[in-house]
Amino acid sequence: MFGKLTLRDIPFDQPIIMGTCLVLLVAIAGILAYLTVARRWIWLWKEWLTTVDHKRIGIMYVLLGAVMLLRGFSDAIMMRSQLALASHDHPGFLPPEHYDQVFSAHGTIMIFFTAMPLVVGLMNFVVPLQIGARDVAFPVMNAVSFWLTAAGALLINLSLGIGEFARTGWVAYPPLSELTYSPGVGVDYYLWSLQVAGVGTLLSAVNLVTTILKKRAPGMRMMTIPVFSWTALATNMLILAAFPVLTATLAMLTLDRYLGGHFFTNDAGGNPMMFINLIWAWGHPEVYILVLPAFGIFSEIIATFSGKPLFGYRSMVVATMVITLLAFTTWVHHFFTMGSGADVNAFFGITTMLIAIPTGVKVFNWMFTMYGGRVTFTSPVLWTIGFMLTFTLGGMTGVLLSVPPVDFTLHNSLFLVAHFHNVIIGAVVFGVFGGLTYWFPKAFGFALDERLGKAAFWCWFFGFYLAFVPLYVVGLMGMTRRLNHYDNPAWTPYLLVAWGGAMLIFVGVMLQITQLVVSIRTRHRRKVGADPWNGRTLEWSVSSPPPAYNFAALPQAETLDAYWVGKTTGIVRTFQVDGEIEMPKNSSLGFFLAFFAVLGGFGMIWHAWWAAEISVIAIVALLVRESWDEDDTLSVRPV
Amino acid sequence: MITTLSEDGAPQLAPDPMPTRQEVAGFGFYLYLLSDGVLFASLFAAFAVLRSATAGGPDLNSLFELKNAYFETACLLTSSFTCGLAMIGADRRHLRQTQWLFLATVILGLLFLVTEVRELVSLAKNGFEFSNSAALSSFFTLVCTHGLHVTAGLIWLVVSMAQIRVKGITPAVFRRLICFSLFWHVLDIVWIAVFTFVYLVGIKP
Repeated sequence: MFGKLTLRDIPFDQPIIMGTCLVLLVAIAGILAYLTVARRWIWLWKEWLTTVDHKRIGIMYVLLGAVMLLRGFSDAIMMRSQLALASHDHPGFLPPEHYDQVFSAHGTIMIFFTAMPLVVGLMNFVVPLQIGARDVAFPVMNAVSFWLTAAGALLINLSLGIGEFARTGWVAYPPLSELTYSPGVGVDYYLWSLQVAGVGTLLSAVNLVTTILKKRAPGMRMMTIPVFSWTALATNMLILAAFPVLTATLAMLTLDRYLGGHFFTNDAGGNPMMFINLIWAWGHPEVYILVLPAFGIFSEIIATFSGKPLFGYRSMVVATMVITLLAFTTWVHHFFTMGSGADVNAFFGITTMLIAIPTGVKVFNWMFTMYGGRVTFTSPVLWTIGFMLTFTLGGMTGVLLSVPPVDFTLHNSLFLVAHFHNVIIGAVVFGVFGGLTYWFPKAFGFALDERLGKAAFWCWFFGFYLAFVPLYVVGLMGMTRRLNHYDNPAWTPYLLVAWGGAMLIFVGVMLQITQLVVSIRTRHRRKVGADPWNGRTLEWSVSSPPPAYNFAALPQAETLDAYWVGKTTGIVRTFQVDGEIEMPKNSSLGFFLAFFAVLGGFGMIWHAWWAAEISVIAIVALLVRESWDEDDTLSVRPV
Repeated sequence: MITTLSEDGAPQLAPDPMPTRQEVAGFGFYLYLLSDGVLFASLFAAFAVLRSATAGGPDLNSLFELKNAYFETACLLTSSFTCGLAMIGADRRHLRQTQWLFLATVILGLLFLVTEVRELVSLAKNGFEFSNSAALSSFFTLVCTHGLHVTAGLIWLVVSMAQIRVKGITPAVFRRLICFSLFWHVLDIVWIAVFTFVYLVGIKP
C-alpha cells in the first residue's frame, strides 16, 4: 500500500529529530486550530490559497523562504555546535550518518527553498509595480509556480520525519548518489523535491521575462526600466537557460536510480564526470540567479536613501547583461582539481576573473551614488553598506580561488566554504533583508520597527564575520569541508569562535522575529502612506498596500525614475481608464497541482507506484479542465 | 513608437499599443520552448559523450534500421505540414478544414509513435535495453523524451479538437492552438536533430 514505507522508516530512536517533529506538529496543529476557532478557512482559501495576485503570491514566497531559513539555519547551528565539540576523543552529538544529512539538507534548503523563494518573492511583488503593470503576464501560472515550490519544500520537510535525507552534499555527486552507494530514500527525496520545485521556478521565469518585455506601461522604453526590474529580467533569462540543464541532469540520475540506467554509474560505460560538468553548468548560473536581484535591490535602496539618481544607470544595465552572459563561461572553476588539465583550467580561471570586472563596475557605481548625496542611514542602507564591504571581501577570495594552482590547495576546504557564504550572505541574505525592510511598508501599509531592525543588522554583520573569518583561517590550515570530527588541536579555538558567531547570528534572527511580532502588534501607530521613503520609482506612486489592480490609471512613464520626475516637476500623466478594469479571477489550479505533485513525488520516493499513477492522471485532468475554462477574468471598478 | 500629432499640432511619440493576450501568450510559450530546447540540448550533450560507451556491445548505429527512421521522419514532417494547413483553416474559422487536417496530424503523429515504440521494443527484445550500457541509456532517454513530448502533444491536440467541436474556435481556443502549433513545429525540428545526430551520424558507408 505504501510501497516500501514501513513504521521503521520513522526515526523514533533519534531524539533530536523526534523533538523537532513534535514541535512542528504542535505548531501546525495550533495553526489549524486557530483557523477553525476563528472561522478563517474560507478567508484563507479565497484570499491566499487561490489568489493569483502577484503581490499576495510574492508575500507567500517570502513567508515560505523565511520559514525555511529557520530550518536551514538550525542545520547550521547543529554543524557549528558539532564541530565546536567533536575533537579528539569527543564524538560530538551527531554521528556521521546524521551529520551528512544535516550538511546536505542545509545546502539544499538554503539554496532552493530559502534564497530562491525570497528572491523570487521580492521580484514577484515589486516588478509589476515598478513597470506600471497590473499583474504578471500569466497570473494563474504564477500561482502554480508558487505552489509547486511549496510542494517541493513540503517533500524535503517530510524527509526529516519519514525516512532520511541524502548524505551526498547539496549537489549529489555520483557515484555516491547512485543506487549502489545511496540505496535509501534520501537521494530520492532530494531528486523529487527539486524536480517539482524546478518546474515552478522555470514557469516563473517564463512569466517574469514575458511580463517585463510585454506588459510594461505604454511608453516605458527598455532603458527607462528601473534597475531592479532590469536585474529581474537578467535573472529570469538566466533561469530559463540554466534550469533545464538541472532538470535534465537530475532526470538522468533519477533514471539511473529507478530504471537501472548507466548515465553516471561506475560500470557499463557510465560517466560520473559528466554529471559534474552538467550540474555545474547549471550551478554557476544559479549563484548569479541568486545575486543579481540582490544587486538590483541595493541599487534601488542606495539611490532612494542618497536622494540622488543611481550613478551610471547605463553601465549598470550593461554590467548586468555582461554578468548574465559570462555566468555561462565559468563553471569548471567548481572542479579545477578533477582532471581537466592545465589548459582547460587556465581558460576557466581567466573567465572567472573576467566576471569580477562588471561586478566591480557595479560596486563603484553604488559608491558614486552615495558620493555627493545626502545619505539617510536607515536599516536598508545599513544592509547595503554591510553588503558592499562583505561582498567585496568575499568576491576577492573568489578571485583568489579562481587561480587554479591556489585552488588545488583550497578546493573543498573551509576556505571555500567561507568564500561562498561570504558572497551569498553578504549579497543575497543582506539584500533580501534590506529589500524586505524597504518594501515591507508598501506591502502591508505599516513600517517595521527601525531600532530592532538595526540591532538585528549589527548582530548579523558581526556574527557573520565571527562565524566565517575563522573558517578562512582553518581552511588555510588544511581543514576540509563536511568533516564531522577532527583531530587537529590547532583548529579548535577557531571553531569555537565560529560557533560564537553562529550564536550571534542566532540573536540577530531572534531580533528579526521580535521585530516582526512587535511591528505587527503596534502596526496602528506605524501606518505609512504611499511613499514613506521619498522613493524614485513607480511602486511608490500607489497606496500602501496597493489596490488589487495596482494602478487605477496606468502611468505614462517615459523617463527614468518616472515617479521622482513626476514629484519634482508636479506633472504626472496617466492613461485614463473609462469604466472597468479586467482582472484575473482566483484559481485553485496551483493548490491542487501541488497536492498531486506531493502525492506523486512521495509515491515515487517510496515506490508506491499507484500514488504516482493517480497523480499523473489527476494532473493531466486538472490541466485539461483548466484549458476548457475560458471565463477567467472579472471586471472591477477602480476606486 | 508611433508618431501622432498632439493637441497643438506638434508631432509627438505615442507609445505602441499594448500587446494582445494572444501575442503575450505566444511569446511566453515561445520562451518555454526555448527552455525545452536547452533541456534537449543537455540530453544531446549526454548522448554525444556516451554514444560510444557501449560496455563491450555493438556500435549503436549497427542496431538501427534506417528505414524506420526515414518513415518516422516522413510522418512527422508531413504532420507539421498538415498542422500548418489546419492552422490556416483555424485562422479563417473553417471548422471542417481545421478538424480534418488536425485529424491527419493526429494520425501521422500516431504512426510516428507506433513505429518508434515498435523499434524500441524490438531492440529491448533483442537484448539491447536501457539498462545495459551508458550508450543505450542515453539513446533511449533522448528518443523517449522526444517521444513523450509527441505523446503529450497528441493528447493536447485531441483535447483541442474536442474543444473546437464543443465550443468552436473561440479566441481562447485559437490562442492555445497557436501555442500547440508552435509546440508541434519545434518537436519536428528536434526530431530532425535526433534523426541527424543519432541515426545518420556515425553510419559507416
